[in-house]
Amino acid sequence: MIKVLFFGRLRELLNCSEIQIDDFELGSVANLRVLLAKKGPKWAEFIEGNNALVAVNQDMVDESSQIKTGDEVAFFPPVTGG
Amino acid sequence: MINVQEADFDLNKQYTMLRAKDNTDGAIVTFIGLVRDFNQGHDVTGLFLEHYPAMTQKSLEKISDRAKKRFNVNQLDIIHRVGQLNLGDQIVYVGVSSPHREEAFSCAQFVMDFLKKEAPFWKKETRKQHNKDVWVETNQKDKEALKKWQ
Repeated sequence: MIKVLFFGRLRELLNCSEIQIDDFELGSVANLRVLLAKKGPKWAEFIEGNNALVAVNQDMVDESSQIKTGDEVAFFPPVTGG
Repeated sequence: MINVQEADFDLNKQYTMLRAKDNTDGAIVTFIGLVRDFNQGHDVTGLFLEHYPAMTQKSLEKISDRAKKRFNVNQLDIIHRVGQLNLGDQIVYVGVSSPHREEAFSCAQFVMDFLKKEAPFWKKETRKQHNKDVWVETNQKDKEALKKWQ
């Protein structure tokens, strides 16, 4: 099981702040994107747009990073703090 | 000291905290970021600051650690506010004490440049008509600001 969180504009676009994926087989961030894209047109749009940054366990990572059971993955738009 | 909070902060208190440590510092640099009107429009009333609570503190700590390794500074404090803020409100504070001013200036700049690129905060402009709230976009200047630290 992994937990996937969404923030900012992305959370609103998907109308979703958090999902759990029970059957995610071990794979990379890129694999997870492919899986999420299948959930509908808006999901595909954010995956294909490739505008979402990714953090695994609260650290920014790249597409090749491996995700393991129990991880917390977060997708979010470019940050605008400060 | 790193704080993510809804409450406002007081520069005088922060400055006193930076000074109190010892007498080895010859320079203190403080930076405060304010909520400005991004849209130059009349119906903008403020900002809502969303963040990723589990990651925010961790992200700022990483930036702070990197800055302390790179610059000769004795103290580095960061405060970032979240939640509903009005135009003109204080939003972020960076305070640095160092033996020398160059290091203090550079360290504060470094922290702000990385904060604006890596710390998980998102601004949403709130307007008089709430159904028109708009997410603030990143700008190219912020993206390129990190180049000077490579």
